Amino acid sequence: MSRVLSYEEKDTWIHRLSGVTKLIFFLLWSITSMISYDTRVLLVMLVLSLVIFAMSKTKWKQVGTVFKFIMLFLCINLIAIFFFSPGQGTKIYGTETPLWHLFGRYTVTKEQLFYEFNVMVKYLTVIPAVFMFIVTTNPSEFAASMNKVGIHYNIGYAMAIALRYIPDVQDDFAKIKHAQEARGIEMSKKAPFASRIRSMASIIFPLVFSSMDRIDVVSNAMELRGFGKHKKRTWYSERPFKRNDYLTLVVVVLFTAAAFVITFWDGSRFYNPFL
Amino acid sequence: MERVERGHLSTARSEEEKEEAGEREGFMEPIIEFKNFSFKYRSQKEPTIRDINLSIYPGEKVLIVGPSGSGKSTLAHCINGLVPFSYKGEITGTYSVAGRNPEKLGIFGLSKLVGTVLQDTDGQFIGLTVAEDIAFALENDMIPQKEMFERVARVSETVEVQSVLGNAPGALSGGQKQRVSMAGVMIDQVDILLFDEPLANLDPATGKRAIELIDQIHREEKTTVVIIEHRLEDALTCGADRIVVVGEGRIVADMTPDELLSGGILQKEGIREPLYVTALKYAGCRITADSFPSDIRKMKETGRLENYKGQVGEWFRQTVIPERKWDEEVILEVKDLDFAYTPGRPVLKDVSFRIHKGEMLSIVGKNGAGKSTLSNLICGFLMPDRGSISLHGEDLLTRSIKERGESIGLVMQNPNQMISKTMIFEEVALGLQVRGVEPEEIEKRVHETLKICGLYPFRNWPISALSYGQKKRVTIASILVMNPDVIILDEPTAGQDYRHYTEIMEFLKEINKNSGITIVMITHDMHLMLEYTDRALVIAEGQLLADEKPSEVLTDDVLTQKAYLKRTSLYDLAVGCGIEKPSDFVDCFIYYERENGREKEAE
Repeated sequence: MSRVLSYEEKDTWIHRLSGVTKLIFFLLWSITSMISYDTRVLLVMLVLSLVIFAMSKTKWKQVGTVFKFIMLFLCINLIAIFFFSPGQGTKIYGTETPLWHLFGRYTVTKEQLFYEFNVMVKYLTVIPAVFMFIVTTNPSEFAASMNKVGIHYNIGYAMAIALRYIPDVQDDFAKIKHAQEARGIEMSKKAPFASRIRSMASIIFPLVFSSMDRIDVVSNAMELRGFGKHKKRTWYSERPFKRNDYLTLVVVVLFTAAAFVITFWDGSRFYNPFL
Repeated sequence: MERVERGHLSTARSEEEKEEAGEREGFMEPIIEFKNFSFKYRSQKEPTIRDINLSIYPGEKVLIVGPSGSGKSTLAHCINGLVPFSYKGEITGTYSVAGRNPEKLGIFGLSKLVGTVLQDTDGQFIGLTVAEDIAFALENDMIPQKEMFERVARVSETVEVQSVLGNAPGALSGGQKQRVSMAGVMIDQVDILLFDEPLANLDPATGKRAIELIDQIHREEKTTVVIIEHRLEDALTCGADRIVVVGEGRIVADMTPDELLSGGILQKEGIREPLYVTALKYAGCRITADSFPSDIRKMKETGRLENYKGQVGEWFRQTVIPERKWDEEVILEVKDLDFAYTPGRPVLKDVSFRIHKGEMLSIVGKNGAGKSTLSNLICGFLMPDRGSISLHGEDLLTRSIKERGESIGLVMQNPNQMISKTMIFEEVALGLQVRGVEPEEIEKRVHETLKICGLYPFRNWPISALSYGQKKRVTIASILVMNPDVIILDEPTAGQDYRHYTEIMEFLKEINKNSGITIVMITHDMHLMLEYTDRALVIAEGQLLADEKPSEVLTDDVLTQKAYLKRTSLYDLAVGCGIEKPSDFVDCFIYYERENGREKEAE
């Protein structure tokens, strides 16, 4: 059974990479796409992240729901940018090419459209990388990687164990939802949206309580087996660095450097086609 | 307090071993020792355990029994260090583990000496895979990865989980889970293994195997084993050197199993004796320690059972069971049901049965055999691939979950998963409120239901102030208030001690008798199916194996094996006493208990 946004074991070269490699890739990739507004760089990155995404053999149903959700926010974001600063494009690119006038100060310009297009591409380059990272990295290996790049294992382990409990909590959620539906709380699309939101409370409450029970048990279990005894710990599932890891890192670092050079070649992080 | 001389009467060991043990204990210091020990939780006024004097010697196997709230878990927590390091409080008196002061060792120091297997097999897994979970303690000790691989491989072989090392612990069967949690504590080469209710979540056959595995580890690794359990009969499957009975915070008995079973302490403390012992007592036999009452097989082999044969036979002949009449009206009918989560791997195949009005019925079988899937299909959470389900002859499959919920109520195993309001009244009223019933009508019906459930005095209480058993009642009340025709209960008595078990089951029997509601229980508690249900549906590998009287099921070797049940010890008693039809003997026992047993206990 596929679960939304959780690690799934597959045998691809991406899965075989060490978690540290993937974490570094993910961080550099995100930083580059956050900083750069160079459309050429962003488009290359978009294509590459789609290729990587495809190589990781991630299935649509693993990420579909979350993707739709992000798309919704992206749209809201794009509209909000236009509403709050319709002149942002002109300010950046220095020219103004009006396409059509809406009302008041709201005029759609080519520059604004191009700017917002860049924002969209930035989103789209990062999303596949995030998905790829989450669904191909074993959570406990992830914790090991965090520890290796210098973060205290408490933090890494807290995240790993949260990931480990996501499926359990999802199961609990389904169970509780069913039981409440049987008692007559309508949760299907038949009920109006507002009452569905209210009904959610009748699931969340028991869910929180049964999750608290879990936390109590697991923290006892961890303590009884010596968690937190030393400042450091070793990791059973840590992957040693292999040739592919070094290769990947070299490529990623080179790519990042190149991306930065291209982006800042003309002294600005924006690529300007209007000059 | 009754104490026994050490090294005396060890039923679990051979003569030679006994001598050896006697010698060993003569020279050895106790590995766990409590002297005038008391502990009071910070939030409590009174000490939870008091004046504990207990010595456990290296290599012993000790059972600690007691009802819920007796303090037996607190005693266990003192041994593994959760008290006083996680649960703070005040200690008086002295205690030691392996000759050292636990308060100085700290919880981590103790974890090197005492390995604890917790009751909740699911909750205690930390690692994402079996291997990681086993290695968890090593990781915390900064053992290099290479050594971890070797040690995990070795210990996983001992408990036979080497083939599932890469799986997620959650995906294992109940028995495998238990083995993995054992491996996780054994990897540290601890001196003491502490099991906190190891049988609570297992089906009977798996539970038996777990006890056998504990016994094997005890023998092979010479580990000291302490088992906390209230299911005495199952825990005694492989014998024990001693049983410590805890009641109201004190040790009320510390003796060999044979001595304990020949006295009346267990009954007084509300712990269930093995069924054959109860049967012998019903038959008027006087049980003595030298007839080995802790082991029915040994009773038979040594010929001690012969002494009781006459009395048991007499009692069996004298007890006449009146004929019972059944209501013929079919209330729920399931026909040719098929279901699969993934095509080609059926979870249920060709399941058909009828449930009559006013029946109390059990659905039994191994963990994961499809019992819960069946109830999910009936309630409409899942849709069958083939077949029909009808209520009063009307098709249920066309009705929504909500509509089915009006005639069929489901009570989940864990009440915390159902309760969504803070006050008792609101919680019980919820189902009526969402159905738009008038407020006056709601109040009337809720009050009525609360009276039936014995919760009326608490109606304005917050639910958080209730005990687990009372919460369970609230969830039953919240279903009952909707006046359903059928109630399905998932493991109604899981994790309950004998007193609470009896309380819940008598309550269900009462509402079944008074309001004629049909009650279906999904369970792997054999006592429950035997004592409280008239019929058992046995499911194994997705198929309905049997639809019979529980006494027939539990005396059938083939059936019990296939369904991961355990043949009742009453069978062995009946056969040992030369009774031809053991199932009749079981019926006789149940009838006698229903008529006389409970009242006797109440007195």
